[in-house]
Amino acid sequence: MNIVVCVKQVPDPETPPSSFKIDSVANRVMPAAGVPPVISPFDEHAVEAALRIKDAKGAKVTVISMGKDLVMDVVKKPLSMGADELILLQDEAFEGGDSFTTAYALSMAIKKTGQYDLILCGRQAADWDVGQVGLGIAELLGIPSVAPVKKVEALDGRVKVERVVPDGYEVIEVPMPAVVTISNELGEPRYATMKGIMAAARKKPTVWTSQDIGAEASKIGKAGSRIKLLKLFIPVREVKCVMAEGESIEEAAADLALKMRAAKII
Amino acid sequence: MAEYKGVLICGEVADGKLAAISQELLYAGRQLANALGVELSAALVGSGVNGLSREMVALGADKVYVVDDPLLKDYQGDSYVPVLEKLCQKVMPEIVLVGQTSMGRDLAPRLAFRLGTVAAMDCVLLGIDPQSKLLIQTRPVYGGSALATFVTESARPQMATVRVKAMSQAERDDSRKGEVIPFAAGLQASDLRAKVVNKVKEEVAGVKLEDAKVIVSGGRGVGGSESFSYLNDLAKVLGAAVGASRPPCDSGWVPSSVQVGLTGKIVTPDLYIAVAISGSSQHLAGCSGSKCIVAINKDPEANIFKVAQFGLVGDYRKVLPAFAQKCKELMSG
Repeated sequence: MNIVVCVKQVPDPETPPSSFKIDSVANRVMPAAGVPPVISPFDEHAVEAALRIKDAKGAKVTVISMGKDLVMDVVKKPLSMGADELILLQDEAFEGGDSFTTAYALSMAIKKTGQYDLILCGRQAADWDVGQVGLGIAELLGIPSVAPVKKVEALDGRVKVERVVPDGYEVIEVPMPAVVTISNELGEPRYATMKGIMAAARKKPTVWTSQDIGAEASKIGKAGSRIKLLKLFIPVREVKCVMAEGESIEEAAADLALKMRAAKII
Repeated sequence: MAEYKGVLICGEVADGKLAAISQELLYAGRQLANALGVELSAALVGSGVNGLSREMVALGADKVYVVDDPLLKDYQGDSYVPVLEKLCQKVMPEIVLVGQTSMGRDLAPRLAFRLGTVAAMDCVLLGIDPQSKLLIQTRPVYGGSALATFVTESARPQMATVRVKAMSQAERDDSRKGEVIPFAAGLQASDLRAKVVNKVKEEVAGVKLEDAKVIVSGGRGVGGSESFSYLNDLAKVLGAAVGASRPPCDSGWVPSSVQVGLTGKIVTPDLYIAVAISGSSQHLAGCSGSKCIVAINKDPEANIFKVAQFGLVGDYRKVLPAFAQKCKELMSG
């Protein structure tokens, strides 16, 4: 069984809000000093989902990542967790794209890997929070998809998944090949072991350009983008917090209730 | 692009009634249609939904396309995407709006790609640019730390999903006139590749989070499943629902169905009491629409105090019992 996991390098979403800065001329987020990027957390959950299938049934797990300024230690993390192969899509022609161009490039790369049974993606990336690429890949490959999912199990020729819905979950069976997007309810991804880190250090990622994957120039990067960013800005929140006070914590708690009563909140 | 005209909203039905998001989409769609001077159409898709078409007219739709088919009973991408694709090809709307719901999150990306466009997901603000007449799509990004404004210049339709509770609800006017048009689904059972084999409810007893006027919510700092009893006790006094940020759900202290945040539930209660919640952007995305936020946290530097109207720095284990006691006194007095 061949599993492809698509992962994206993003600025660490745990960066404190006070360090979050925007370059309003270039319309982009400025990297916070001293905070290294990470694999988008939902994508790491997708790697974990793939590895659980590998543990249970055996599978080859190929990770594909597209982006610029990739930090090797970061994008190699799935390898150190136990993935088998890493493919990087790197080409200036990919830059300035949107969800469509990203899904298109990834779908072309997935086709080039040859035989694929299951494609796993995070439910959305922690930078632009769109959640369109995974489903878009399914659409471009003409295969079924389920999103977002908290459990994946490989059966004979199909996968059984638990799709997260507002009041619980749905158990769904879908024939392979299929795309499944993974949500945090899957549970914590495993840590990389020392052995895994050493094995990953020895592995060299495969690098593909737009030509390698046979991508049409009109469907990638800026040329292929269907949506255009006009403005990126930090919303202003003007709230003054009234702090409750007292000699003891219990008095402060009572003061809080009194202040809320005075404001007719309770 | 001249052939693309009008606004189409994709309605949702829940428990045999129009879901709240349908009314929000009709409100947003009506505003856009008025700004452009075009018709507002609504898609009403499901099984046994025909009876709701007049209500959609009363809520502002000029035309309601009813696609009523047993195969559309539950949302499935395999059935809903081709139906809406066909409908969009017939109606040729310049704008399509879908809810950012369980259904819309799945439907909008596939439908957009199939139509040769792209969706702006989770918009909180929509408008028409007076010059270009393009749809201005504003959506939170980076977990809600920033907002981004987009336009879809040449791809059509311009497609957006709309965040739950971000728009007002359309007002019902039963004297409104509109046209109800049946539309054949043209589906076969074999079109459904994904099969739902079971549905598991994880509903929590008591007040539903989405409907609650008061919510007491706990974060990582609560420390464990049992400690949520402090929150439950306060919730009882206030008649509140109990929610949580992501860490307690990921750690299994509470079911994930009570998660408030970007990927959980979006709530807009009158009062939101955040207990031992640091206030990450992705959590605030789910509760910042609350009328009043009260923060209780040990860390005076916690981000949650930046969005709270009232705050208390201290250990919630000491604060909550005393606070609940005082509330009880005040509320009975």
